Amino acid sequence: MSRSSAQQPLLSQTVLKPRRAMGLRRDYQLYLLMILPIAYFIVFKYVPMYGAAIAFQNYSIFQGVSGSEWVGFDNFRQLFAMSQFYQVVRNTLLLNFLDLFFSFPAPIVLALLLNELRVVWFKKVAQTILYLPHFISWIIIGGLVYQMFATNGGLVNNLIVSLGLEAVPFLTEKTIWVLVYLGTGIWHSAGWGTIIYLAALTGINKELYEAAEVDGAGRMKKMWHITLPGIRSTIVVMLIMQLGHIMTIGFERPFVMGNPLVMDYAEVISTFVYKSGLQAAQFSLATAMGLFQALVGLIFVVLANTIAKRFGEQGIW
Amino acid sequence: MKTGTLRKTPGFRLVDAVIMLIVGAVMLICLLPFLHIIAISLSSKHAVLSNLVTIFPREIDFHAYEIVFQDSRMLWSMGLTIVLTVSYTLISMVMSICAAYPLTKENLKGRSAFMMLIVFTMFFSGGLIPEYLLVKQLSLLDNLMALIVPGMISAFNLIILRTFFTSIPASLEESAYLDGSSHIGTLIRIVLPLSLPVLATLSLFYAVSRWNGFMDALFYITNADLYPIQLKLYQVVMNSMVTDLTAQEGAAQVDVVPEGIKAASIMFATTPILIVYPWLQRYFVSGVMIGAVKG
Repeated sequence: MSRSSAQQPLLSQTVLKPRRAMGLRRDYQLYLLMILPIAYFIVFKYVPMYGAAIAFQNYSIFQGVSGSEWVGFDNFRQLFAMSQFYQVVRNTLLLNFLDLFFSFPAPIVLALLLNELRVVWFKKVAQTILYLPHFISWIIIGGLVYQMFATNGGLVNNLIVSLGLEAVPFLTEKTIWVLVYLGTGIWHSAGWGTIIYLAALTGINKELYEAAEVDGAGRMKKMWHITLPGIRSTIVVMLIMQLGHIMTIGFERPFVMGNPLVMDYAEVISTFVYKSGLQAAQFSLATAMGLFQALVGLIFVVLANTIAKRFGEQGIW
Repeated sequence: MKTGTLRKTPGFRLVDAVIMLIVGAVMLICLLPFLHIIAISLSSKHAVLSNLVTIFPREIDFHAYEIVFQDSRMLWSMGLTIVLTVSYTLISMVMSICAAYPLTKENLKGRSAFMMLIVFTMFFSGGLIPEYLLVKQLSLLDNLMALIVPGMISAFNLIILRTFFTSIPASLEESAYLDGSSHIGTLIRIVLPLSLPVLATLSLFYAVSRWNGFMDALFYITNADLYPIQLKLYQVVMNSMVTDLTAQEGAAQVDVVPEGIKAASIMFATTPILIVYPWLQRYFVSGVMIGAVKG
């Protein structure tokens, strides 16, 4: 086909016809691009949602989802009757709420501090180092934590002992373990979390600071009356996302940091699903647990978003 | 000398010094565990066992690294992980681009339906067991594809990418169409070259998540010949850690793996990231910011 004849219909479509008229024929390449991604989402995201039906079945590997016997809410009844269920849900909520309380403000404070730094090279070096822990795997962090906090030979305990004090059972005493768990989370993500707030800070109108300066505002006042309100909507969005994930807990962090002596606090939904489902092959029960978690989580997201909108914020949708 | 340059900054005051001090302390806390682990990996067994090592190596000794490098399984896992990470990153990026670009076209029929289909997966999922059963059904267990295919696209990264594509002036693309360019041609010749920072960022995100991920490997891979480095590391570091903790009562503390080897293994698995990371930092900072501005 010659070049001019290929151009002709194209021109008439873009220029003469209203843009609305673009259809399948014009956009077939776009649909072509999307085939594989859409297939991916359907197969690997939506098929498992259908597969979650086994929570209502007495699932047998040989029968599959379509052939297994339906048992209604039996698996849920069995789950709710287990004392371990409450412990696992409690631990998930507890660790997540504490994380929210302690880890959520950390990047905000850190971003405000970084924002006040006026020595450019120092700020850059600081950012490079602060982002680093985010790129380290939980396996490695688990190893680092052990090297730092073990009762025999951990660096921190060596220091404590050399000061003539008694070694602290950081990893084996339940309540202290929770503190180590929280501290590790802050260590891992606080620096990285500043990125989003620093981005929001660049969006604040500089004239506001100048005006405040003319009015005689000091550093603290400017931070309180301009900087913080300036990143308020970012803080709210981040808070909603966190609240929405209050039931979801990553697998790797509790899995790596937990040990048999602190299981009363370290066993969370994700690790429980892994152990009861994949290790003990109670597929239906573990799926019921996962489905319970996903549904409650979804409710939290919707609630948090609605509340944010009530308070006049944008929300996430 | 340094204070001299600092004083030149207009209005440098005590407050600035205090802030630098605080941030400096936080930086130190970030680095301390690494310094300690490097020190342990380079110290003699004697120094480690008598708790002499803090952040400087004592009685320097490369024995631990010799053992790690002689462990052919460790090297094999590392090689496997490098290949896995590169292929995963490439596939993920191609898939993400294919999904994100059409979604920027406001006139595309069905766009909002696809968008909803994708966003919903961020808030609700079938759960671990159905995903495992799916992978099993596709006979991907003990197959490295199980570490690539099920996590090919991250909805979050996809949205960052789409946001970035949207910020490219529409007039550029329109003039390309007028010159007879197809959608795919425009994407390759105009949109992608303008998106290098965000492409670099997302590649880094995908690469790091594959490099560091071990949850799926733990579920799907049982054949030790296919262990990626993190799972291999898990065996070295964690298994001995649990025995240490439970055998803590004192009596027979048989150290299966000496501290030094654990430390050297950790450094071995971390070094590639430490090498790549500073080069990519400028990209990911700008990339995340661009993605974040419109949230």
